[in-house]
Amino acid sequence: MHVKAFAKRTLLEILRDPLLLVFGLGFPGALILLLTAIQSKVPAPIFALESITPGMTVFGLSFLTLFSATLVAKDRESTLLLRLYATPMRAQDFLLGYMLPMIPIALLQSAFCFLIGMLLGLKCSINMLWGLLFLLPIALFFIGLGLLFGSILTQKQVGGICGALLTNLTAWLSGVWIDLKLLGGAFEAVANALPFAHAATLEKMVFAGTFHGIVPHLLWVLCYTAAILVLATALFLRQMKRQ
Amino acid sequence: MEAIQINGLTKRYKDTVAVNGLSLCVHQGELFSLLGVNGAGKTTAIKMLACLTRPDGGDALLMGHSIITQPASVKALIGLSPQNTAVGPNLTVQENLALMCGIYGYDANKRAEKTEELVRTFHLESVLHKRAGKLSGGWQRRLSIAMALVGEPQVLFLDEPTLGLDVIARSELWDTIRTLKNKATIILTTHYMEEAEALSDRIGIMKAGRLIALGTAQALKEKAGADTFESAFIALVKEG
Repeated sequence: MHVKAFAKRTLLEILRDPLLLVFGLGFPGALILLLTAIQSKVPAPIFALESITPGMTVFGLSFLTLFSATLVAKDRESTLLLRLYATPMRAQDFLLGYMLPMIPIALLQSAFCFLIGMLLGLKCSINMLWGLLFLLPIALFFIGLGLLFGSILTQKQVGGICGALLTNLTAWLSGVWIDLKLLGGAFEAVANALPFAHAATLEKMVFAGTFHGIVPHLLWVLCYTAAILVLATALFLRQMKRQ
Repeated sequence: MEAIQINGLTKRYKDTVAVNGLSLCVHQGELFSLLGVNGAGKTTAIKMLACLTRPDGGDALLMGHSIITQPASVKALIGLSPQNTAVGPNLTVQENLALMCGIYGYDANKRAEKTEELVRTFHLESVLHKRAGKLSGGWQRRLSIAMALVGEPQVLFLDEPTLGLDVIARSELWDTIRTLKNKATIILTTHYMEEAEALSDRIGIMKAGRLIALGTAQALKEKAGADTFESAFIALVKEG
């Protein structure tokens, strides 16, 4: 009951924030349109709809970090959390109440990217549903990051770290925009050590229906997701105690 | 049974003793004000009583439940309106109240009944469907206190409820707080002397983590030999 009430509130707070429409839905959709227009003039395989659409769904999820971190930081600063800590709500109610509503938002955001792709000529297939399913661990990774940053940063810091730094890191290190092999060297090594490129590759492979070979990428994403969720939980509990 | 029985409550932050062996009883249905200059330990004391901060020493019983060994029971019988306005800014007034009803596990009937009661008590009808973040400070404070009452608390903590409000909004909120007297035991912290004098049954004055004076506003004035409560407060704090 506590989780349901708090999750509903989280969903309403985020859906009523114009940032969601502008960045969550509009920006990834606009990028698919822009890169497809470039692709029509200067063909590059990386910008083909079959590649850029699933890649952009992963990039779009980085905004979930911004949304959830902003909300947690705002709640801490406004003392709403302090009020709720003095109610019978338990720590797990808070964690689930922040994370669960982000999942339908992630699915909606990704489905919107697929819809834009289809409007531009992408063929509709059952793999889109698989794509949505395999996005879940990736979405949880970004949601967990939001909880983590929201627990330690102020609202202002969240804007800089999650709004600028993380979205850029996701964009450049996921290989959605640039071919990592082409850059090679340290850049490729760093990108491969982080989960962003594995998440994008996983999504592209699932989208293409080439399920064999996804396991290493899936495991990479799952390990990062588990680690981030554990760390986010620990940091959230720490700030809860400090309050 | 006393509503609150505090025995030697102590809280340290590194080298600073924020609350130092606080002992105090608050009677049921009483409106008790805790006064003190900044850093006196009022908010820390409230945080310990609301089970938000664990004491380093001592204990307190709220309606017989220990804040150390029975924090879940204590949380079930208290309400807290924090120092700053603590509302969901993108939720309407009604949705904020519904959030608290959901947190206390009320069914649809009880939720409707409780919301109606609080809307009536706090005169929230005209702003019921407005987003809380768009309301004036006075309305937000009213909502904040209404939210603290959703759980039907036996002990209500109001931490500087009128801070930053204009004279009219403060006067209106005082009227509302008066209507809550005897429905719950109220612990109020404030920096406004006239507020403490106008609302409180008894007043405790804290300085450097210790309780230095306790009594009715009149008794404290007599103790300090002062004409006004503000003069009495200044004299007592300087002496203590």
